[in-house]
Amino acid sequence: MNNKILILLAVACSMFVSSVYAQDDLMAMMEKDQKPTIDYTTATFKTTRIVIGQSIELPPQGNLLFLISHHFGAINTGYENLFGLKQINIRLGLEYGLTDWLGFGAGVNTDKNTWDGFVKVKILRQSKGARKMPITLDLFGNTAIYTTKWDYPDRTNYFSSRLTYAFQVMIARKFGNSLSLQITPSYVHKNIVPTSADKNDIFTLGGGGRIKVSQRVSINAEYHHIFSGLVVSTKVYDSFSLGVDIETGGHVFQLFLTNSYGEYEETFLTDTRGKWSNGDIFLGFNISRMFTIVKPKLPKE
Amino acid sequence: MRAYSILFILVFMTTVNAGAQKFITKTGHIKFYSASPLEKIEAHNRQVNSALDLATGGFVFKVLMKSFEFEKALMQEHFNENYVESDKYPSAAFVGKVTNIKDVNTEKDGVYDANIEGKLTMHGITKDIREKGTFEMKQGKLIGKAKFNLAVADYNIKIPGTVSNNISKTIEVTVDITLDKANM
Repeated sequence: MNNKILILLAVACSMFVSSVYAQDDLMAMMEKDQKPTIDYTTATFKTTRIVIGQSIELPPQGNLLFLISHHFGAINTGYENLFGLKQINIRLGLEYGLTDWLGFGAGVNTDKNTWDGFVKVKILRQSKGARKMPITLDLFGNTAIYTTKWDYPDRTNYFSSRLTYAFQVMIARKFGNSLSLQITPSYVHKNIVPTSADKNDIFTLGGGGRIKVSQRVSINAEYHHIFSGLVVSTKVYDSFSLGVDIETGGHVFQLFLTNSYGEYEETFLTDTRGKWSNGDIFLGFNISRMFTIVKPKLPKE
Repeated sequence: MRAYSILFILVFMTTVNAGAQKFITKTGHIKFYSASPLEKIEAHNRQVNSALDLATGGFVFKVLMKSFEFEKALMQEHFNENYVESDKYPSAAFVGKVTNIKDVNTEKDGVYDANIEGKLTMHGITKDIREKGTFEMKQGKLIGKAKFNLAVADYNIKIPGTVSNNISKTIEVTVDITLDKANM
């Protein structure tokens, strides 16, 4: 009697064991010599700008980004100026991702008909898995040239007088799905400055971040502190921008408030004249559209 | 005493079962295809892991979501970031059985119908699925093929209204794997 129960129990057990363990064994066998892969962090920011300044993102390889940046006039100019809506500063830009780590771009600004061109290189890329890297690090360099009449016609002007340069180091980390932060030290060189008291080399320290409030909407902020004693002939302030990113398929809309009227690095880093507490705030938006120029090769069936 | 010998035989048989012939691949192919009025979207994953146990019919799959390649980089980013949330749910897996595995004769080249059922886990949701496919025995390799539809809503993948004309509510999944005999 006891034996029979034991036999039944053994049969039941072994059947259960074999049917359940079979797939587990299979899974284990399948995953046995699985090479760990490098899991790169993607979409630290939704687009190549945090708000008005560069983020560590590049257009993906073979992709062209068309970026329209728009700043209205100051809100405190009142109803007569429709709270700034009658005044606009536009930058039209194109950016291209040559590889996953190298991109370049160019733009034209209505502000003094300034053309700017830049190169952005991704040195480090945040990843986990087979290679662990806590941060993404980009280097950025641009040159801007204004093409309206000379700023200082009474001086001896050379072609180089029109040029300004900006260099940035961007260090960013995506913390989980919703929070990304970036630190951005910047250096701006101006070949010509208004007075001898003004410095040609200007340093700022800034950064920004975003918090996702849904899969497609995030709140972004960006700040750049300008060190004192570098720009003295005009009263300049730290640049602060607060905005929202809205992503719809191939477009990203960035709607923001900022105290910087300028749209390229040299202007918003070193020539932010608005003061938030005075209401010198500009409403602005960026619209970006991604175009695939070179399609990745998908193997045919 | 007799009980112990039967127990021993059963345990032994289970072990034998586990050692029976298995087929495996790490380079299987799964294609996602979404046909909507505005846009046709397809994605290919050529790093599909799969294994089949001929003795039990046990059949498993595992794919990394980030290994799906799209025609547009932005689609791939949105797929991982907004839809399947690859950081939270890095892989999808199927654990199931070929219920009529005895019909597949690996000794003879030919095409055999297969009934497959089991649990598919994707985006953190597990669903029972039951689909038909074929196994083709060809020069010592076993080629498995299946095509079926998945409703994205079943896996709690939300498609917002703004792109509902761009992304279909059901995704056609095509599986094409070539399994090799496993070296045990």
